[in-house]
Amino acid sequence: MSQDNKKVTTETTGHVWDEDLQELNNPLPRWWIWGFYITFAFALIYWLFYPAWPIANTYTKGVPGLNNVTYVATKVDGTQETKTTHWNMRSKLMVEMNELHKEQKPYFDKVAGKSFEDVSKDAELMQFVNSAGKTLFSDNCAPCHQAGGQGKVKFAPNLTDDYWQYGGTYENIQTTIVGGRHGVMPAFKAILSDAELTEVSHYVLSLSGEPHNAAAAKLGDAIFHGDKAGCYACHGVEAKGNIAMGSANLTDKIWLWPDVLGAKTPEAKLGEVKTLIYGGMDKGVMPVWETRLKPEQIKLLTVYVHDSLGGGK
Amino acid sequence: MPNNADKSLYQKHIPIVTRSVKGQFRTFKTAVMLLAYSVYFLLPWLPWQRVSAASQAILFDLTTRRFFIFDLIVYPQDIFWLAMLLFIAAALLFFVTGLVGRAWCGYFCFQTLWSDLFIQIEHLIQGERPARLRLKKQDWNLEKVFKISASHALMILVSLWTAITFACYFSYAPSFVTDFFSGTGTSGGYFAVLVLTVLTYMAGGVAREQICLYACPYARFQGVMYEADTLAVTYDIKRGEGLKGRTIPIQGLKTHEERVAAGHGDCIDCGFCVQVCPTGIDIRNGLQYQCISCGLCIDACDNIMDSVGYPRGLIRYDSERNMASETPHAPKVMWKRFKVIGYAGALLLMTSVLFYNIGTRSDTEVNVQQVRQPLFVLLSDGRVRNRYQIHIVNKTETEQTYQVTVKHIPKDALDMGNIPEITVRAGKALAVNAKINLSYELAEKTHEFEFEITQVSTGEKMELETSFNSPREHD
Ligand code: SF4
Ligand code: SF4
Repeated sequence: MSQDNKKVTTETTGHVWDEDLQELNNPLPRWWIWGFYITFAFALIYWLFYPAWPIANTYTKGVPGLNNVTYVATKVDGTQETKTTHWNMRSKLMVEMNELHKEQKPYFDKVAGKSFEDVSKDAELMQFVNSAGKTLFSDNCAPCHQAGGQGKVKFAPNLTDDYWQYGGTYENIQTTIVGGRHGVMPAFKAILSDAELTEVSHYVLSLSGEPHNAAAAKLGDAIFHGDKAGCYACHGVEAKGNIAMGSANLTDKIWLWPDVLGAKTPEAKLGEVKTLIYGGMDKGVMPVWETRLKPEQIKLLTVYVHDSLGGGK
Repeated sequence: MPNNADKSLYQKHIPIVTRSVKGQFRTFKTAVMLLAYSVYFLLPWLPWQRVSAASQAILFDLTTRRFFIFDLIVYPQDIFWLAMLLFIAAALLFFVTGLVGRAWCGYFCFQTLWSDLFIQIEHLIQGERPARLRLKKQDWNLEKVFKISASHALMILVSLWTAITFACYFSYAPSFVTDFFSGTGTSGGYFAVLVLTVLTYMAGGVAREQICLYACPYARFQGVMYEADTLAVTYDIKRGEGLKGRTIPIQGLKTHEERVAAGHGDCIDCGFCVQVCPTGIDIRNGLQYQCISCGLCIDACDNIMDSVGYPRGLIRYDSERNMASETPHAPKVMWKRFKVIGYAGALLLMTSVLFYNIGTRSDTEVNVQQVRQPLFVLLSDGRVRNRYQIHIVNKTETEQTYQVTVKHIPKDALDMGNIPEITVRAGKALAVNAKINLSYELAEKTHEFEFEITQVSTGEKMELETSFNSPREHD
């Protein structure tokens, strides 16, 4: 509409169908079409800067050197390497990761510079431990210990309870992560008769108040403390285990290898314990983390496991 | 059937050169403009005593994610206030548009305000409409170069200050401005100002009515809110055209009585209403989608009617129904309609909810989340443990210390690790771990309990109800 228009004239394109069907002409403003042409120019410029055209099994990468991205990559062996590539989403992600790591660094430094206790007393730092620890734990530990650290019977210990086979102090936990663990119990099938196995199993169940046959347990007590089987040598005279070698405490409610709590009937519970003593166990393997995680990451994980997950002592 | 097949599909933009006008609507527009500009340009400079942030009355602090509005501090979790605010704005727009048409467009919209200001800059430097038209047509000479570049330079300057002011709402104004002009500002700041300057200048100085015609969605959906009773800027066609149409006041057609006798209407076809229109339309062709309802044509026509001695109101605010009626009444706001009252109700309700919500907000926000992986843990002595994360937001302006206790279960069931007291800095949030250990017997009976968070300085207590899981449900 211009100011010269005096009359309403609805323009048509002049096309007529079916005698009276007409097409109104409401013209687009001229500048609009220029906006459209500008997008063409934009596309051309874009090709110079960004990956664009697929060619066979590769693609155009823009003018070399015009829009490079530089980032620092950490290789598997822990060494760092600066890389420069043409613009792409992965390198942008790496740049972002580099920046985030830089932002995290002061916190990791703080964790590294403080004693375990001091970290656990610092509410703000603990908030960082909670979130960074969760990520580290999910990436490295969760495959065995499960996402929440609850472990899995017959596979990996529960880290949220208060029982620690290898000790639950910060130092114990750190040692475990750094060097890994390997828990073994010998098989007793060649040493004890079937009756003896049953008796010692009754004794073991009796220690934590599980259903058992008292008479058999009495006999089992003698086997446990006798030198033929020598159970006490590892599990201790009081059967409370030994954190130096990771032997289990048999007097508490926590079971890792025989699924006593999961078994419903007394017979099944007995079977679980007996099977373990019969065949022994050589599956308690935790890998060495020293070579895969940085010391400050291990330290943070130690506090995470001790305070955030659970029952560190 | 005329064959216009050769008609262009594209329309050349004819720049609109408006005539200035005086009158009640112009005065109202100028008043709105003065008020809006003083608020917009001065507000970021209003100081306000603050502890945890810059001393600025209005500050949208994106880095710490807090909005300071005088004594009100808005946190991200208050996002529903924004939702309510948007709802209120929408209801207000519907309400007003239903009553008096596109009042938003005509008097308050930023596009209108800045276009209006830029037109006034042109008027100031290049003169009234005829002078500006002459300048446009004349060949380029020193005068033209000077006048055109001076007006655009001034517009760009205003745009720049508009952009800087906008940025000042997001950072401490005095230091932002000094940093900006000393070249030590952040690249983000420069970029924001550049983009906003260009956009302001383009929208207000170049595109103007094209934004309303082709870009703005509000223009389109306000249009559909018009009803037969809505007051709209209307040309009284019966009175203006009479029986034989409008005509210029030649000899013998000068007075109202002479024209009525001769069958001509009151419109003397002076074209003033068209010349003042910022969207370049002729209101005498009826209500058109381009009309932003600014009322300037009413002022123009009233002035003409005064000068020729005819009654005012040939162009006026009136409703479609009243215009079509056999017995029209004086134009009035028709508010006794279901829709209008409905919108007013929604508006009132939402506004009271918002104010109630803001008025009863608490200085501390606490919530608890149960750790669900695992749901519970059996301890070596047979006790059952549940773990929780307690989240505390300190919305006060000072550092605060909080204590956590439990209710309905033994006091010593709570284990806060090495953090017996939680100190949260001003305006910060903190999450801490909490463990609850219950004997097996008690665990089986406990389904729910409460955490009690005490703000040490005031003694204010907040309760958090939460649940306790034990093996019972899973056996
Ligand atoms: S049409 Fe859109 S841009 Fe134009 S005045 Fe109305 S709301 Fe503002
Ligand atoms: S027709 Fe009148 S009210 Fe509508 S935009 Fe033009 S001058 Fe303003």
